Amino acid sequence: MTHSYLIAGFGGQGLLFAGKFLAYKGLLENKEVSWLPSYGPEMRGGTASCSVIIGDEPVGSPIVEHPDVLMVMNLPSLNRYEQAVQSGGTIFVDSSLVERKVERSDVKAVYVPATRLAVENDMTTLANMILTGKILEEMGEFDADGVQAALKKVVSAKHPEMFDLNLKALQIGRDFK
Amino acid sequence: MAEKVLMKGNEAIAEAAIQAGCRHYFGYPITPQTEIAAYMAKRMPKIGGTFLQAESEIAAINMVYGAASTGHRAMTSSSSPGISLKAEGLSYIAGADLPALVINVQRGGPGLGGIQPSQSDYFQATRGIGHGDFHMIVLAPASVQEMADLTVKGFDLADKYRTPVMLLADGTMGQMMEPVEIHTPEVKEYDKSWALTGTGMKRKHNIINSLSLDAYELEQFNLNRFERYKLIEENEPLHEEYMMEDAEICVVAFGIAARVAKNAIVQARKEGVKVGLIRPITLWPFPKQALAAAAEKCASFITVELNMGQMVEDVRLAISCKRPVTTCTRTGGVIPSPAEVRAKIMEAAQEGGAE
Repeated sequence: MTHSYLIAGFGGQGLLFAGKFLAYKGLLENKEVSWLPSYGPEMRGGTASCSVIIGDEPVGSPIVEHPDVLMVMNLPSLNRYEQAVQSGGTIFVDSSLVERKVERSDVKAVYVPATRLAVENDMTTLANMILTGKILEEMGEFDADGVQAALKKVVSAKHPEMFDLNLKALQIGRDFK
Repeated sequence: MAEKVLMKGNEAIAEAAIQAGCRHYFGYPITPQTEIAAYMAKRMPKIGGTFLQAESEIAAINMVYGAASTGHRAMTSSSSPGISLKAEGLSYIAGADLPALVINVQRGGPGLGGIQPSQSDYFQATRGIGHGDFHMIVLAPASVQEMADLTVKGFDLADKYRTPVMLLADGTMGQMMEPVEIHTPEVKEYDKSWALTGTGMKRKHNIINSLSLDAYELEQFNLNRFERYKLIEENEPLHEEYMMEDAEICVVAFGIAARVAKNAIVQARKEGVKVGLIRPITLWPFPKQALAAAAEKCASFITVELNMGQMVEDVRLAISCKRPVTTCTRTGGVIPSPAEVRAKIMEAAQEGGAE
């Protein structure tokens, strides 16, 4: 089973970080993984994205054209990538920032007001991880040990307080109904 | 065994170079390879090495020329426009028979071009990057692990044959992260009696130079060098074969293009097309024998390239134009999609009977 993720939004929302977290979680589970960022001028404010592939087979092309999981944190990204999602796939939307609904009926849409939840919980920069928590929960991959081990790999050792905050963000996303 | 970590291709190159004993890095920033310089800037001072951001790419390659003259492992890295600036220095390094490693994380061109991934410096790398009769060994990684492993191999080949070696990657390879194990290789002892290390008043001084005004002498230097090139062509070609056992169509691609091609091949195989891949790992020397052998059993060839079709010429030469060779190419920083490659494969499958 291989999952391909496309994570898209504005530069600065922590999309690459969320992707790296997912990739590390896969790596620690001995899966084949790849992570590819967009590295154009869009990193400096426009739309940014990253492709993550996690599966049992060696990864061919690391470029995700047709994700089965799309995570979007702004409207331009939903507009751009909605049609690219595989039929039967899932689109995770930060509904605080994206005003419209997913139009396709052959994909599942999950709405989480991640940015609003982040502000309410005094973690304004962690909407990315709230949404990521929801992704893991929906995909049946929110195992406490795996999540913590992967977080340890991506959160800088210089900022141990960020570990707890990231973990809390993931849990808020997991628990959002 | 080292632990597998997620690293960007660029970072893997830098760490592997350090593990291979490189302590002298000279560079100048340019997207999409700047992480190499950034990594070296952090690490080199901690291990007693040199990180130097030169005033230009030309200065950096000439610093490599100087450091390599002392017999130490030295490297520089850049991306396409910056590599063009290094061309003169590389010709001098080749003319002086010095080992050195140069990384090219290619971006779209010509000119200043763009910053998206490309393979359009294939001709430049494989045909003679600067003036004069010379070659460079050219290595083409297709994974982050190979970015590391071929960096180590590059230093070894450079020392073994006293030649500049280029690692020819692209923006995707540089920017992507994959699990990688960085090994600490045993650095072999190479004869470096030619190096400028100070005579200690005990021996005749060595001279490192690429100038010889006597035409017969210069001819002999070139002939000697081409004797080494002959050995390289005999001993060093590397390639990977994928699903070639029963292949009737042979896709040829290197680097990121080979990975896209693998996806397309898996799809085409599901539709019953017998197609495989030959992935050159050394672009010079080109794996001619593998291609020639494939021409005995495959009806046609397709090259997949991020350029207007450059390696296709080497494929035609390698198979002596025995079989039709078509291309699947995108240029300017665009990567062909697996669907585009698959379509080319299906086209070739349809035409198979008419051949």
